[in-house]
Amino acid sequence: METELTNDTATEARQTMTQGVDNDNGPSQKERPEVRMRARDLNLWYGSTQALHDINLDMYSREVTALIGPSGCGKSTFLRCLNRMNDLIPEVRLEGRVELDDEDIYDHSVDVVQLRTHVGMVFQKPNPFPKSIYENIAYAPRLHGTGTSRAELDALVESSLKRAGLWNEVADRLDTPGTELSGGQQQRLCIARAIAVNPEVILMDEPASALDPLATATVEELIHELKDNYTIVIVTHNLQQAARVAGYTAFFHMGKIVEFSDTDTLFTNPTEQRTEDYITGRFG
Amino acid sequence: MDTKGFSQHISRQYNEDLEQIITRVMTMGGLVEQQLEAALEALVDGDQAKGEQVVTSDYRINAMEVELDETCTTVLARRQPAASDLRLILAVIKTITDLERIGDEAERVGRMALHLLDEDRQRSPMAEIAALGENVKGMVRGALDAFTRMDAEQAVRVAQEDIKADAQYDSIIRHLVKYLEENPKSVPPVLDIVWATRSLERIGDRSRNICEYVIYFVRGKDVRHTSFEQMAEEATGDRH
Repeated sequence: METELTNDTATEARQTMTQGVDNDNGPSQKERPEVRMRARDLNLWYGSTQALHDINLDMYSREVTALIGPSGCGKSTFLRCLNRMNDLIPEVRLEGRVELDDEDIYDHSVDVVQLRTHVGMVFQKPNPFPKSIYENIAYAPRLHGTGTSRAELDALVESSLKRAGLWNEVADRLDTPGTELSGGQQQRLCIARAIAVNPEVILMDEPASALDPLATATVEELIHELKDNYTIVIVTHNLQQAARVAGYTAFFHMGKIVEFSDTDTLFTNPTEQRTEDYITGRFG
Repeated sequence: MDTKGFSQHISRQYNEDLEQIITRVMTMGGLVEQQLEAALEALVDGDQAKGEQVVTSDYRINAMEVELDETCTTVLARRQPAASDLRLILAVIKTITDLERIGDEAERVGRMALHLLDEDRQRSPMAEIAALGENVKGMVRGALDAFTRMDAEQAVRVAQEDIKADAQYDSIIRHLVKYLEENPKSVPPVLDIVWATRSLERIGDRSRNICEYVIYFVRGKDVRHTSFEQMAEEATGDRH
């Protein structure tokens, strides 16, 4: 403990803590916040193989939603549908809707490049551009015209690096290549790059699986802070990570959502036997 | 829900850890039953040897509680259990606390029994006390059976026996208070009988607690501080 408590201050602290306890109406069900992204009856095929079956999922504003499930269950495929990354794969066919703020992102009128400024992505392996730390952040805003003057870009680089918790570590070496940073720093640089274009949603595909435990903890802490301003959807194989960072969790199995609920319920008292078997490490 | 026992984890070591924990809880429960049985024989029949046995054997139960707590801590740290595994570990940690306290209450009954003379027994409502003792002994056994079989419905039935135990306790205390009013010089031995009766009643309460943990494990519902009707509903209804 940082401050030493005397008996008197300890008594006072307890009295303060118990004020209002009588007015507490007890535990209540978690109120679900506003929906930012929504998948409706989403089906996806790779050629003739169906990878996603009738996916319906709400992703809440200013919440972290974790997608868990065994390899090949469709969770990363689904994540990539949320900013149309699957468009790049020629044999992919998709039915159903994905909505961002009630607008269908697969509508013909949607500009995919613009969409990806609203729905950013952070990948498993940190992939900074082979440019300076500064240019890694400034590149997209300059491209999209959201930062034009040097002063504007300087401010944007600083604020993005600060929000990604990296500023103090790199402020004096913005000209060094991003690739020279440590793995954890590179991943935070990629997160800073994603937030530089001021997205509404950040998608993360196994963002900490290539990092050591300390760098992982830093990235998880960052996710926790970013949640206040962004909607975050994270794919992770690490169940404890989902339990630590996510407010809501969806369990995918064989291209379907088996169970979706608040994370506390899913990890203590899941409804479905398949969820139970997966999260407890039993034979399914 | 089919909780699939504890032998279906991909990790065999994990299966063994959980199975060992359950076995140790059952062993601890068996010791507690023996202590209670001996304490009742000491109290009701005046068997001094049993009384001394109870007083000197409680340390074994305490040691098992400490050992099981350590094992559960290790499982939490190393396995990070989830869902039914997590509920099992939490239920075990709470169950062994209540078992240890039942052991303490049995020890207290044994200690009080050693103070009593035959004439003290003859002056007290010993038949009623014996009936309360049998009732709570049945509750301990039933709670441990429900735990062993992970049977939420049996847990409800056993917990409901606490209503009877409370009524038996009230009746005995009324009898003893009346006796004390009429025989104010008998306060010390009668107080011993009051303490022993109180301990038996507490054993009923703690058996009920164990039943609540069984329901929590099996159904994922926290039924502490609820009515018996609500408890029965949670134990038999849909899980969600």
